[in-house]
Amino acid sequence: MTPAIAQRPHDAAGTWLLTHNAAERVRNVVSMTRRNLVHISREPMQLSDVTIQPVLFTVLFIYLFGGAIPIPGGSYTDFILAGLLTLNLTTSTMGTAVGLATDLHEGMIDRFRVLPMWRPAVLVGRSFADLLTACLCALVVAVTGLAVGWRTSAGLLSIIAGFALVLFFAYSLSWVAACVGLNSKSPESAASFGFIVLFPLAFVSNAMVPTQHMPGWLQAAADWNPVSAVTAGARQLWDNPNPSASTGAWPMQHPIEASLAWSVLILAVAAPLASRFFRRRTTG
Amino acid sequence: MADAMIEADGLFKSYGETRALAGVSFSVPAGSVLGLLGPNGAGKTTAVRILTTLALPDAGQAWVAGIDVLAHPAAVRRQIGVAAQDATLDGLLTGRQNLVLVGELSGMRTGQARTRATELLELFELADAADRVVKGYSGGMRRRLDLAASLLTRPPVLFLDEPTTGLDPVSRQRVWEVIRELIGSGVTLLLTTQYLDEADALADRIVVVNHGQVIADGTPRELKERSRSAYVEVTLAEPGPEAAEVIAPLVGGQVSVSADGLRLGAAVDSAPGLATALVRALDQAGMLADNIEVRQPSLDDVFFALTGAHVPGEHNGSGAKGTSAGQGGPGKGARERESEGAQA
Repeated sequence: MTPAIAQRPHDAAGTWLLTHNAAERVRNVVSMTRRNLVHISREPMQLSDVTIQPVLFTVLFIYLFGGAIPIPGGSYTDFILAGLLTLNLTTSTMGTAVGLATDLHEGMIDRFRVLPMWRPAVLVGRSFADLLTACLCALVVAVTGLAVGWRTSAGLLSIIAGFALVLFFAYSLSWVAACVGLNSKSPESAASFGFIVLFPLAFVSNAMVPTQHMPGWLQAAADWNPVSAVTAGARQLWDNPNPSASTGAWPMQHPIEASLAWSVLILAVAAPLASRFFRRRTTG
Repeated sequence: MADAMIEADGLFKSYGETRALAGVSFSVPAGSVLGLLGPNGAGKTTAVRILTTLALPDAGQAWVAGIDVLAHPAAVRRQIGVAAQDATLDGLLTGRQNLVLVGELSGMRTGQARTRATELLELFELADAADRVVKGYSGGMRRRLDLAASLLTRPPVLFLDEPTTGLDPVSRQRVWEVIRELIGSGVTLLLTTQYLDEADALADRIVVVNHGQVIADGTPRELKERSRSAYVEVTLAEPGPEAAEVIAPLVGGQVSVSADGLRLGAAVDSAPGLATALVRALDQAGMLADNIEVRQPSLDDVFFALTGAHVPGEHNGSGAKGTSAGQGGPGKGARERESEGAQA
């Protein structure tokens, strides 16, 4: 009898990234991205998250709350659009968690695992597909916003930078969602992540209302919430009303730097963690 | 064993308290078919998962195509095709998209993967359903598509984990046909099954596992002989009251005689040349035998002899038994009827 095998040499952290040459890795990522895009197109619920929901939210918020919430220095419509974009993109990352949990649950991962593929493509491909659907979501929000009266006086580059800032944040969050999906026992429990984490994250922020009227502790939480930094950053780049600029918290004073820092930090923690969870979940 | 394409050596594996494998060893020579046979929970799937790099053993070693599975799993994956027990297909993709995806992820160029996918869809009679979403496929179609996926890169070593479990007899028959064609193409195949007739019909050698251990290993014929429960039946041209006395010494046991005195039956140790000896003995006694049949025991008898238990689900599988020709005698269903007749 041979001694027990603790771990395969190639499964050690880090080295699994280095198998295959660059062209093979790119091809694998493209294949996996395409697969996940087909999924989204066939799952009406998942697609509605980035198409119907943004339209609904935009129209509801603007017509329901628009008149009731006074925004210093501008209209509620101009104020809310950046908030709606972050809200929609934040909550739609739930799809990543559910999708990965489904792959694990239905044994599809086992098919990938017996193929001589670059394994990280499973995660990277999913994150790219989610980024592409986030782009679609951003487009839907922007078009709906324009239709209901959102305007910006910023230059084209600045407008694009605003969208890029929010999309980069959504991309980093999708890796957090991947960590959740990889630790979920079922797709259903992965979905609850959306309600337990993502909704409070999106709502306890400056996305929907200015934070000035919140109780002190809640305002502190909201001002340091990465969602607030991202939203304020987009408002600043779009020349839209940004009441948060008058609060004292550092992230609200430097929203662009703060949101980039948040996104990089989240990505730097969540991506290695996700690959670790993936290997743990797919060994033994 | 230099030309073994699959080799397992002393595999141990536990999941928590459950011991799935307790020292399993076997080897499959190049170009041959091994049937890994055992009831549910015997450890078959665990053995396949270790050999296909999906699981690590607690102890033991394994080689596939001469490559150490534990040391070089990535190299092993380039040599194998796997059809898992629960067909691992993407339900939201079409059949064709599934195959192309597997091809691309195996290193084929997209065009190449498409060509091969079309070829396999034709071969497995899935061309009509090729562009439908797999979620709507029947169980048999899913299995065939899963088999096709495992063959995309023409791997030299194939693992099929219970390829017909849960299929109706007709679908089962078609999967068998497909596997038979594969066998002709020179691949080395490891097939797990709960169905004795399936192992009998498809495998060159059978390894019987139960509770994580190998309890028997041999050709289907050897295993049947090991169970020592062949049955001989003699049909006389005319009733011969003394025939039972004539053959009794040869069969070494109780002889049953039918009501009309024409048919005699006896359980015997499997013995080559028995039929000839019987003809000769009856001839010397002045009797003419119309027919003498020595029937091989079914693999269910083998399993019963080895484990003291019948195989669960065996009766579900007997519908397709008729194809296991060449292994002597009528199918299992027929055998049971005759046994009952002999007892009556």
